[in-house]
Amino acid sequence: MAMKQEFFKIVSQKKIAKEVMLMILSGKTDGITASGQFVNIKIGGFFLRRPISVCDYDENTLTLIYKVVGEGTSAMAKMNSGDTLDILTGLGNGYDLSVSGNMPLLIGGGVGVPPMYNLCKKLIKEGKRPSVVLGFNGKDDIFAEKEFVTLGADVYVTTVDGSNGIKGFVTDVMKDLDYSYFYTCGPEPMLKAVYDLSKTSGQFSFEERMGCGFGACMGCSCKTKYGNKRICKDGPVLVKEEIIW
Amino acid sequence: MVNTKVILSGLTLDNPIIPASGTFGYGYEFAEIYDINCLGSFSFKGTTKEPRFGNPTPRIAETPAGMINSVGLQNPGVDKVISEELPKLRKCFLKPVIANIGGFSIDEYAFVAEKLDKEDGVGILEINISCPNVHNGGMSFGTSAEMAAKVTKAVKAVTTKPVYIKLSPNVTDIVSIAKACEYAGADGISLINTLLGMRIDLKKRRPIIANKMGGFSGSAILPVALRMVYQVYDAVKIPIMGIGGVTNANDVIEMMLAGATGVQIGAANLVDPYVCKDIIEALPQVMEKYGISSLKEIIGGAHNG
Repeated sequence: MAMKQEFFKIVSQKKIAKEVMLMILSGKTDGITASGQFVNIKIGGFFLRRPISVCDYDENTLTLIYKVVGEGTSAMAKMNSGDTLDILTGLGNGYDLSVSGNMPLLIGGGVGVPPMYNLCKKLIKEGKRPSVVLGFNGKDDIFAEKEFVTLGADVYVTTVDGSNGIKGFVTDVMKDLDYSYFYTCGPEPMLKAVYDLSKTSGQFSFEERMGCGFGACMGCSCKTKYGNKRICKDGPVLVKEEIIW
Repeated sequence: MVNTKVILSGLTLDNPIIPASGTFGYGYEFAEIYDINCLGSFSFKGTTKEPRFGNPTPRIAETPAGMINSVGLQNPGVDKVISEELPKLRKCFLKPVIANIGGFSIDEYAFVAEKLDKEDGVGILEINISCPNVHNGGMSFGTSAEMAAKVTKAVKAVTTKPVYIKLSPNVTDIVSIAKACEYAGADGISLINTLLGMRIDLKKRRPIIANKMGGFSGSAILPVALRMVYQVYDAVKIPIMGIGGVTNANDVIEMMLAGATGVQIGAANLVDPYVCKDIIEALPQVMEKYGISSLKEIIGGAHNG
């Protein structure tokens, strides 16, 4: 597990939901070793790189789904096919699939949905039967639902305002489901609600403002029951048992 | 063949390139991607007497051409650094390393210095009296000439290794502080540490950094660092490690012309992990371009005439 610096070419980019972009890039992805890892992207005119979770990848293709939240991601959203990006790949620990059991539950909230995609794909390939709960604020925010259905997962969509799918939070669906283990990524209040409701062990992917993204600066440290960890290097995935809220 | 060797207090470095403390950890993350033995040396993560988690997050904010950090000297404490980190570090870096020391009292600086003095792999002790991110210490020692001298004396009394004092730019008169350190026995001066800075989140209407303020670094601060290195070079006879905003080989030459013998690279490591290796590889070409056969000869060159 070591990071790699690679230059990727943008193949295509399009808006898939409110303030949410899908970017497909071509380049070497051999630095990526696990679902739930992230990449760190250099954007012209900005000092720090932008950490973005990996949605999907194969040997020569990297798929990213990201939300336009500030000036850096706005600049990224304006980039065109053919543009080249300097990207550090293979960052973070990623999810551990070996403990999933036969019926894992995947819970993604908003822009925490993308890393669930490659995870779901791999679990299905291993013969597991994942259920997927995708939580959004409203119908304009929904993306990737069809893609998860196509993978062959049982998919539930919730919206907070009830404008599409089941009205409520991901936990309103989760409470009635049976599962062997769970994986989740999303805003921290959602992660905490999932943690409180969960009946099994599971893995949580966290977000933090980062300096380097590869463990050098200690900018994104957090305390866990297993000692201090760097979200970027020892995370972003933490197991349920070690989390201190 | 150009000569990139420089000498810092009797220690000959293959080149002046030294990753700055807090931007290079203990070297492991970088050793995974290139052989860090190409470096002149490196200054490892600031070490304190007790283990420290550091400040709450967010600890990082972006600025135009730079960043603000408020890590707050997170480290496992000197005992663990010696028992766990240094043996691991020695496996990936074979040259003498620079031990960066933080503290909250004069006794603490001396305590940590005395322990690290016994470590064979440590070539220089760099005393950080300029951390802007800790209360009751850190920068407060670096903003008074009298306190800076006291720390210097206390550390010199417990070590035979060269002692470099890392100074804060957040002062009215950098020269008097540097001179006080020299007079107190310092073997060299490292400057500058980060500039105290702030950014405010427009949506939340609050500072982005949890600790409100933090240390501003990155290419934006190069001119401030150059000015201070230039001023201090004029005032002291001991060598200077120039730090602040260096991102390429041209910046290195500029820093040396201002008066630096060693040149530390900080924030640039965080956004371009190969930057030190790239600079080392680029140096010979840049030297040839500017007619420099030996880097040693250009130290303070901007002061001539």
